[in-house]
Amino acid sequence: MNLTLRVWRQKNAKTSGQFVTYQATDISAEMSFLEMLDVVNEELIKKGEEQIAFDHDCREGICGSCGMVINGTPHGPLSATTTCQLHMRFFKDGDTITIEPWRASSFPIIKDLVVDRTAFDRIIQSGGFVSVSTGGAPDGNAIPIPKEDADKAMDAAQCIGCGACVAACKNASAMLFVSAKVSHLGLLPQGHVEADRRVLNMVATMDEEGFGNCTNTGSCEAACPKEISLDNIARMNRAYAKALFKNKLA
Amino acid sequence: MSITLESKIPSGPVGQKWSRYRQDMKLVNPANKRKFDVIVVGSGLAGASAAATLGELGYNVKCFCFQDSPRRAHSIAAQGGINAAKNYRNDGDSIYRLFYDTIKGGDFRAREANVHRLAEVSVNIIDQCVAQGVPFAREYGGLLDNRSFGGAQVSRTFYARGQTGQQLLLGAYQALSRQIAAGTVTMYSRTEMLDLVLIDGHAKGIITRDLISGAIEAHSASAVVLATGGYGNVFYLSTNAKGCNVTSTFRAYKKGALFANPCYTQIHPTCIPVSGDYQSKLTLMSESLRNDGRVWVPKKEGDNRHPNEIPENERDYYLERKYPSYGNLAPRDIASRAAKQVCDEGRGVGPGGRGVYLDFSAAIQRFGRKKIEERYGNLFEMYERITGENAYDQPMRIYPAVHYTMGGLWVDYELMSNIPGLFVIGEANFSDHGANRLGASALMQGLADGYFVLPQTIGGYFAAQKNGKYPADHPEFRKAEEEVRARLNRLLSINGKKTVTEFHRELGKIMWDNVGMARTESSLMHALERIPVLRQEFWENVNVLGSGDDLNPALEYAGRVADFLEFGELLAYDALQREESCGGHFREEYQTEDGEALRNDDKYSYVAAWEYKGVDQFPTVHKEDLKYEEVKMSQRSYK
Repeated sequence: MNLTLRVWRQKNAKTSGQFVTYQATDISAEMSFLEMLDVVNEELIKKGEEQIAFDHDCREGICGSCGMVINGTPHGPLSATTTCQLHMRFFKDGDTITIEPWRASSFPIIKDLVVDRTAFDRIIQSGGFVSVSTGGAPDGNAIPIPKEDADKAMDAAQCIGCGACVAACKNASAMLFVSAKVSHLGLLPQGHVEADRRVLNMVATMDEEGFGNCTNTGSCEAACPKEISLDNIARMNRAYAKALFKNKLA
Repeated sequence: MSITLESKIPSGPVGQKWSRYRQDMKLVNPANKRKFDVIVVGSGLAGASAAATLGELGYNVKCFCFQDSPRRAHSIAAQGGINAAKNYRNDGDSIYRLFYDTIKGGDFRAREANVHRLAEVSVNIIDQCVAQGVPFAREYGGLLDNRSFGGAQVSRTFYARGQTGQQLLLGAYQALSRQIAAGTVTMYSRTEMLDLVLIDGHAKGIITRDLISGAIEAHSASAVVLATGGYGNVFYLSTNAKGCNVTSTFRAYKKGALFANPCYTQIHPTCIPVSGDYQSKLTLMSESLRNDGRVWVPKKEGDNRHPNEIPENERDYYLERKYPSYGNLAPRDIASRAAKQVCDEGRGVGPGGRGVYLDFSAAIQRFGRKKIEERYGNLFEMYERITGENAYDQPMRIYPAVHYTMGGLWVDYELMSNIPGLFVIGEANFSDHGANRLGASALMQGLADGYFVLPQTIGGYFAAQKNGKYPADHPEFRKAEEEVRARLNRLLSINGKKTVTEFHRELGKIMWDNVGMARTESSLMHALERIPVLRQEFWENVNVLGSGDDLNPALEYAGRVADFLEFGELLAYDALQREESCGGHFREEYQTEDGEALRNDDKYSYVAAWEYKGVDQFPTVHKEDLKYEEVKMSQRSYK
């Protein structure tokens, strides 16, 4: 198939960017979206033009590196799918595809489709862990955990930190990302001990990083390639209120 | 430099070596630990767990990764699970059995003492990860669940759905994040190591490139730890992430570190077959699928019927037929070669005839679709996304692909290379898997090295060191910086006609066709002729656009492919000298009458550790003889 691409090109964080139109010819339906971009990039290099920069690594939908807004939707039209797992059979000959980077002030653009997501790392650093150092851990079976709890924790833990939730949200809120970690650890006995401190610190960092608040439109959940549920945000709000209240009492 | 390979294996029975070592090792006073700076390159399971643990112990750590966040390292893609000798199933498992299975699985080419230590600490890993909040699969009683895996007859694999690597890596990433917040670890993401710096023969720092600003920087330290993964991408197509590369370990090799057993490459039997020339990578379907899936091809050559229309008696379940006691769970190297064999016979399925079926219909009938969905749902989804086929209704098509590399930099028992102060952990070293790695053992080794082994053994090096570190403007750093800059400028100034990808693809084809699943003297000689020609063409005709002063993916890639173009030759050379078949190294000249690998223990029971002698020069081999005191070497049989 032949496609017309409108791709956001931006030299670096300091310059402004613009859409540039490219033709993608002889694209096979079996290709992944990133392989289609590889083909376009190879042709650009042959013409002496610099390739389109985009983040990608595992190309198996798990590392969370890739991510671009495709026709207005983070990771494109297919639900529960990262950009690298989106295949060209979901497009048709003659389509025009608009490709943009994540747009959020907390994710500044580095170049073309590459953005800086280190704010997510800083949120995890502020509390997204269990404070156990190596050595001295009790036997793995010392604390039985109900299967339902372990499963729910796993549902939340599947977050790949790609940032699609932020890109999809009109407020550029990171609530789905933060709540996934708060839920994952809060649902397990190992994470209970620090639950209050964790949620207070992570939410504070999220605010400091400039992410917006949640107004319950649910676009984050719809865009999430790992189908992280909005329930996590409700759970985090509950945990936050509880922690705030207990903190005040203390 | 004269090199002697001292493995530093502690004395005593194999089961007591590690505890003896720890009793005898020198310690660093807690107050002195912060005086030692450690560089950790890589943030996968081995790197992140080592950096976190070293930080917890009080060392000053600098950790580097080329990705935008340490959470993205390719350990994250491991699906199936992690082995541990917990014997929670009461099925006869023990530390000794895990040790034995790993030695046997490695086709008797691994170091006994290291492997026993690995089996010992395997149980601590599970405890540590549970304490971190890794959401392992559990049973209704609340206890940890296990599954079985290829190459073992016990159920010792712990898992978190099909995303075990992800959950373990996030556990290590979170431990690392905690140390970053505590100030013991400084993280440098989007930063690539481009050279190793030696001062007075010791590893004392690295040269890096900031991938956003292009800045070349010198980082000085008291020791350097490489945790940079494997070199599977020398084959272009592999299950590795696109960014995986050999640069760090190869740069260390060029500075004098020995590269051991590069020819031991693992071809994974269950990957999604190649669909076209544009293919950028191959996707693994977890080996755990072989627990419930049955592998078959049509009995007849060129049988093009839809798989569901081929009656039972016209199917050849070749693994069950050839290996009745292990059946579909035969180890990876054996299952891969068997698939190649039936495809070579013209019985392969799918486009190009390079595929075999992995069929779940019997398991679905037995356990119900719901149970299969629970076990492998995400894998079936992934398969459908990539191929457009539904594996609940028709068998999956799979074919072997390069997956893991057992070879790596040579290390002693303390995980230190022959360069003092240079430690190598995880897939980047050669030590524990011999000629073939068993499923669910990579995660185990990465975390064993990072959490439990290196943080102990590195103290011994520091305790004996007076000269901690040098200033980063020492002449050796300046010299290395200049060399790195010159090389980048050279790449940018060639302005040739071919893209980096074209060279990489060509190299990959040479490697896969000649140094892949089956190797012969003549195929290896052919590769050794072709690679230098391609390398020369690269340096004359590659086209790398853009500048070195900002984010330039083409420049990053060019540097990595340039190293692969030298490394591929080393791999082929190692494969040529090893005139036997063992594990992931299969030489067609050396096989039994029924086509199994034929080892030659009298001549080749050694580790081949290669010393760099210059581009276009033959490297020199140093041999470490493998002594088996505990295990009796035997021909591996899974029949």
